[in-house]
Amino acid sequence: MDRVKIIEVKQSVFANNDQRADQLRQELKQQGIFLLNLMSAPGSGKTTTLKRTVELLRDELKIGVMEADIDSDVDAKAMAEAGVKAIQLHTGGMCHLDADMTRQGLDVLAKEAKVELAILENVGNLVCPAEFDTGAVKNAAILSVPEGDDKPLKYPLMFQVCDVVLINKIDVAPYFDFDLEKCREYIRMRNPNARVIPICAKTGEGVELWAAWLREQVSAWRS
Amino acid sequence: MHELGIVFHIIDSVEKVAADNRLEKVSAVVLELGEVSGVVPEYLTDCWRWAASKSPLVEGSALKIEPLAAVTHCDNCGKEYSTVIHGKTCPYCQSGSTWLLTGNEVNIKEIEAY
Repeated sequence: MDRVKIIEVKQSVFANNDQRADQLRQELKQQGIFLLNLMSAPGSGKTTTLKRTVELLRDELKIGVMEADIDSDVDAKAMAEAGVKAIQLHTGGMCHLDADMTRQGLDVLAKEAKVELAILENVGNLVCPAEFDTGAVKNAAILSVPEGDDKPLKYPLMFQVCDVVLINKIDVAPYFDFDLEKCREYIRMRNPNARVIPICAKTGEGVELWAAWLREQVSAWRS
Repeated sequence: MHELGIVFHIIDSVEKVAADNRLEKVSAVVLELGEVSGVVPEYLTDCWRWAASKSPLVEGSALKIEPLAAVTHCDNCGKEYSTVIHGKTCPYCQSGSTWLLTGNEVNIKEIEAY
């Protein structure tokens, strides 16, 4: 047998995915599609927030939603009821989506309808989705009051990669030891550029502000 | 399950490198793993054994993990310290304006092939 050959690689495991994500972003730019990647822990209100968001934007933008879950289609059904194109992506046990899986989802979505704003509801998880660039134009995270104001300290990467953080369920803040100012400070520590918007998806409080942010981003990307 | 996704990406990269270098069989993959990369080495090698068996190129190969220490740099006093021991706050000057110098890497260092 020949001697063992050693090939120096010195490459991040995420390099290939990062490349594919950049490629996808370029294509989306040419096609005039804005892709938002929405991430959070399970149960923080991604689907409820999305329902509110599309109610405010569906008359001015063609919206398509990709729901990523390990199993079931309850989220896609909920979005379809809200009146937007929705598809369900099953990750087959994986805890995140990568650029290739996102591309496959966008292809399916494109067959159903021409969209201007595509929203990816990532798998409920604060660790893995932050590591894999999906090709999204902007990343958003939801942190809900019952989860605690120290989440940005415990899951630094998630808050580093986010352009905007929605603090959801602020209506129940009086019942929890949640300090909004402290939470803002912790987010600033991780990412000084992240916009923080407190909302209550259930009552609709603050959602206008978030929809305005998104509207601005979409129009900047498509211009 | 987080580690499984990473293993798939490693195999993906290794397949690319192998194609570029005309390798037919890989005997080991050497991975540099940062202390605060959030990846658990034991889970990673378990997933590797399973996933590698599905790819003829890497089947039966070893995943060798070389740990990399996590070091944080303080912008305020200019010193460096161990991230795992002290976290985000500088132990010398108590400043919070610190950033991770090394420690979140998941790098394929080299590939051993016949």
